[in-house]
Amino acid sequence: MRPNKQRILQLTLSYVVIIAMVVIILYPILWIIGSSLNPGNSLSGSSIIPSDATLKHYRELFDLEKSNYLIWYWNTLKICLLTMAISVALVCMTAYSFSRFRFYGRKNGLMTFLILQMIPNFAALIAIYALANLTNLLDTHLALILVYTGGAIPMNTYLMKGYLDTIPKELDESARMDGAGNFRVFWQIVLPLAKPMIAVVSLFTFITPFTDFILARILLRTEEKFTLAVGLYELIADQFGNEFTLFAAGSVLIALPISILFLSLQKYFVSGLTAGGTKG
Amino acid sequence: MGEQGNKPSTNKRKIALALSIIPGFGQFYNKQWLKGLIFLVLTGSFFVAFSDLLQFGFWGLVTLGSDPAYDHSIVLLVEGILTVLITILGLGIYVLNLNDAFKVGKQRDLNEHPNSIRQQYQNLVGGGFPYLMMTPGFLLLIFVVIFPILFVILLAFTNYDLYHSPPANLVEWVGFQNFIEIFQIPIWRNTFFSVLAWTIIWTFGATTLQVALGIFLAVLMNQKGIVLQKTIRTIFILPWAVPAFVSILVFAGMFNETFGTINEDIMAIFGLGDIPWLTNPTYTKIALIMIQTWLGFPFIFAMVTGVLQSIPNELYEAAEVDGATIMQKFKGITLPLVLYATAPILITQYTFNFNNFNVIFLFNGGGPAVPDQNAGGTDILISWIYSLTMTSAQYGKAAAITMILSLIVITVALWQFRRTKSFQEEDMM
Repeated sequence: MRPNKQRILQLTLSYVVIIAMVVIILYPILWIIGSSLNPGNSLSGSSIIPSDATLKHYRELFDLEKSNYLIWYWNTLKICLLTMAISVALVCMTAYSFSRFRFYGRKNGLMTFLILQMIPNFAALIAIYALANLTNLLDTHLALILVYTGGAIPMNTYLMKGYLDTIPKELDESARMDGAGNFRVFWQIVLPLAKPMIAVVSLFTFITPFTDFILARILLRTEEKFTLAVGLYELIADQFGNEFTLFAAGSVLIALPISILFLSLQKYFVSGLTAGGTKG
Repeated sequence: MGEQGNKPSTNKRKIALALSIIPGFGQFYNKQWLKGLIFLVLTGSFFVAFSDLLQFGFWGLVTLGSDPAYDHSIVLLVEGILTVLITILGLGIYVLNLNDAFKVGKQRDLNEHPNSIRQQYQNLVGGGFPYLMMTPGFLLLIFVVIFPILFVILLAFTNYDLYHSPPANLVEWVGFQNFIEIFQIPIWRNTFFSVLAWTIIWTFGATTLQVALGIFLAVLMNQKGIVLQKTIRTIFILPWAVPAFVSILVFAGMFNETFGTINEDIMAIFGLGDIPWLTNPTYTKIALIMIQTWLGFPFIFAMVTGVLQSIPNELYEAAEVDGATIMQKFKGITLPLVLYATAPILITQYTFNFNNFNVIFLFNGGGPAVPDQNAGGTDILISWIYSLTMTSAQYGKAAAITMILSLIVITVALWQFRRTKSFQEEDMM
């Protein structure tokens, strides 16, 4: 009798905690959705779920004459996709070299990568700002893509190298016996086998620029060049509250697609981050 | 012969080495004409191409300019770093040249036949492949990561700020003055230590809370008999799925003192509708730690859930036979296994929050302002560096603080990596 009673108590307590957590998690999400449907520009005196809900803020965001939101979306996607493509290519090449060849300078190279991945690249923000200024790359997307890609190389090379190390070298050797050169082994043997890790690296190198605020904020000056993070911040920073409902609609339109993408690919994130943490 | 049996009778290696003080001549002596020619041409073109840069680069690096009308100190600094990098490259080739002449000379001393041109070519292509593959990545790394780091290190020893900034003024080397001033001038010292103190409290407070909550909820959800397990788990992951900058800005709205829902709807229930979330540093700090916990626990939750599912059930069954209570099972089995499996990632969570610029800046801009210091009440080191750079143009000081910050991060990270298994694996290096 007693264990059973204890078990019921335990389950009840668990459900209380779970319900509390679900409320804490969902409340901000529901509040922002409610705000985005609010007909006014500010929130003063409105209830969480407005009785006269409207989609006008969404329409305003999609109106190219009234708002730069779509341009920001396009900028962000462009920067993220290019960063992803270039990073994946460079990471695969460096990781393959580190994993398969024993060459002069390899040890020092790996050590450099190890130390570089510890320093977040925005720590050198003064330098990045000054250098971009000198090279006339300030306020260009190219500068951002280069900085993001450079910052992504050390950590992701480590991830990729760790994975390539687990692919048996006998496969390479048998291909070489059949007359394949270095590049062919890379392209036709190693890369296809590394697909799961390529997926992880792609995800990371896409999502990092997407969620970055600081570098984009430093490098981008004109409103038409902004990424979503900077644009959304500017939308409310100047006159906080006055355009809050518009901001809310903008937030929902970012959160929704990214959350769906994220939830459907979640297992890659967990496996990638775990590998990154334990493999170094 | 006799005792000298192993020693070669000729001294070609030394002559070759001495001759290759002028690159190429050692190779000529070794009768490797093509290779010698390559070295000679390489050296010649190096000096022709970079002679201006080499001359002015070092001058600029040392003086940072002498006349503000002509010299832009920061341009000179950048060119100086470039010169140093190019010089290192040149020296590298030079050492390669000496090394090669000596090695081939030694082969000749021992009457071995040096490789023919054809073999050398094959060596170069085979051995050069990894270098070729790494060159694009490495070049990018040098220019956008290593170059800025060198720049910051040098900047920390200059007086570059609003009053010493080109083109109107020159920047000067000031040695350790920035570091000394940070610790000696009262306002800088006060600011530095109060920012450092809050950075540490923030890092440990927020991270420990998010880790504890993540582990707790994972264990909770792993119980048998919880309904809708999958749906609830998905909900628990949601804060991680939404991009953090969106959530933080939304929270900034929720905590807003005039229209935010926290005061208007939630605290009002308890009759506490006017808490100064954004204007009182203490309340802002509490809000920040709560927000980061909300943002950060799902990752720990997801990871620990994975670990828990891999713990064999027999362990718990055996413990139950021995009459262990829930707490004993948690302390004796679950917690050690979870911590063992996730320790390295937990540490990266601490270093992440140490530099978590987004949540601090986007929530309240590091504010509210507080008297007697030149940083906001909730500024951590990285956001203080940002405002020193972007709003008060204190570049030299900002660079010095960046160096202090990087030192802390690297120390922690190296300590962590020394402990991970892969660092000790022979093949890793």
